[in-house]
Amino acid sequence: MAKIKINKDKCKGCYLCIVNCPNGLIKVSGELNIRGVKPAVFSGGKCTGCGMCALVCPDCGIVIYK
Amino acid sequence: MKKKNSKSTKKETPALRVDSSSVVLARPESLYDVENHYCAGCGHGIIHRLICEAIDDFGIRERVIAVAPVGCAVIAYDYWNFDVTEAAHGRTPAVATGIKRVRPDNIVFTYQGDGDLAAIGTSEIIHAANRGENITVIFVNNGVYGMTGGQMAPTTLAGQRTATTLNGRSLKREGYPIKILEMLAVLPGTKYAERVSVHSAQEVVRAKRAIKKAFRLQIEGKGFSIVEVLSMCPTYWGMTPIQSADRIKNEVSTFYPLGVIKSC
Repeated sequence: MAKIKINKDKCKGCYLCIVNCPNGLIKVSGELNIRGVKPAVFSGGKCTGCGMCALVCPDCGIVIYK
Repeated sequence: MKKKNSKSTKKETPALRVDSSSVVLARPESLYDVENHYCAGCGHGIIHRLICEAIDDFGIRERVIAVAPVGCAVIAYDYWNFDVTEAAHGRTPAVATGIKRVRPDNIVFTYQGDGDLAAIGTSEIIHAANRGENITVIFVNNGVYGMTGGQMAPTTLAGQRTATTLNGRSLKREGYPIKILEMLAVLPGTKYAERVSVHSAQEVVRAKRAIKKAFRLQIEGKGFSIVEVLSMCPTYWGMTPIQSADRIKNEVSTFYPLGVIKSC
């Protein structure tokens, strides 16, 4: 199964990845990162590795593994 | 076990290609692994990456010379792992013309915002297109002057509130928004003009295809190519990044229709 890895310290909290994930597998973290924003985190689940989240990430903070 | 494998191979893999390392999508080689200074949800970061992916796909990183604008992307050379030079405000097509004529084997592109290209640099872009210079122009249109504090640009939509149009842009007082691509398309020197957007994943894929085509035409020596990218500016639109993406979809792209305006 595919999975994604979000670099939480690169995340600026735009959450474009959350609205673009077709399966709704990304959510807002409860903790703050080094920038003082709540980063997006991968919540687990059946990731298909479609890469939609990485395509819209303006900070290149998401890596897709298959 | 699989987790460890993928972690150890992450750093060396530039990617956007499927290979044995199991990384499918990651930072392209032409993009430095540094944090950018753009606001959350700004389209510049996506467009920077798309350009780098296109350059890596063609394998022309060593031959590319970019000309950076004045605007939010003024320090793009800190993010791009290829040669970049700077030009005075709006004069990027003139500088690119000089570079391309002296070094015709290099791939030269300009990266301009709407304040740079559509306001102060209007004459440069028109004449570069009219001469049919064999350069590529990436035109980022977000409808405001981002770097200087969100003032009205020529591309600001009617009714849009900015720092200098507090009650919204009035067509009587400030005139109509300017459609640069339609204007350039009538010139015989323009070989390719397409308008794309980066507000959703599907549009990002289309944007990359357009940017690749523009570079391919330059490599083939076809002539002047321009890609307009509608981009979000959440900070000066006064919206969240998600609302900004919706605004492009519902408002901006109805005035600036997406698609190929001219193709040779």
